[in-house]
Amino acid sequence: MKVLAFGIAKEIVGGTSIDVNAGHITVEELKTQLEGQFPRLKQLTTFMIAVNGEYATTGQIVKQADEVAIIPPVSGG
Amino acid sequence: MNTNIHISAAPLNVQSCIDWVLSPESGGIDVFIGTVRNATKGKKVVHLEFEAYEPMAISEMKKIAEAAINKWPVHKILIHHRTGSLNIGEIPVIIAVSAAHRAAAFEACRYAIDTLKQTVPIWKKEVFEDGEVWVAAHP
Repeated sequence: MKVLAFGIAKEIVGGTSIDVNAGHITVEELKTQLEGQFPRLKQLTTFMIAVNGEYATTGQIVKQADEVAIIPPVSGG
Repeated sequence: MNTNIHISAAPLNVQSCIDWVLSPESGGIDVFIGTVRNATKGKKVVHLEFEAYEPMAISEMKKIAEAAINKWPVHKILIHHRTGSLNIGEIPVIIAVSAAHRAAAFEACRYAIDTLKQTVPIWKKEVFEDGEVWVAAHP
């Protein structure tokens, strides 16, 4: 599964996207897996997962073909 | 169309934003213009860098504009955000709202900028003389 990264998450994962060896898991499981792979994500104030351009809930299932993104704390404006 | 949402790497134009929300039935326009400040907590800022997850940011900005139109009697609402590297005094965001009466325009405008800062996937990096920080990333 390809996961997009923005802002500080891009620096933590070392690129604008990463390949995560997962498919059909919950958002919560994906977050745990990402935190295991990139422990610096745990130091963030918080981070969200977006699925197909919408904020995802923790129990939501993420499928291989979804567009998935790591959303660190936003700071626009 | 009574909403106008845009993300641009090119400089934003205040006058054209005001012109777009102006309508014959409006009695006033409220405009919020964000500008790049020269310091954060006493530390000199050299410039800011803005990055957006563009399709999602556009969709979240649309949600804000539509919610504002449903919540207050406003005529038109425009939200423009800039990306890329911005120097002191440049404009990262413009929100313009027209309404028959000022209270609705003020309230909708404040709602739009406050919500944008909470929900729209745009990130700001402050570049100082001796380093850089992604704003709000860490507690």
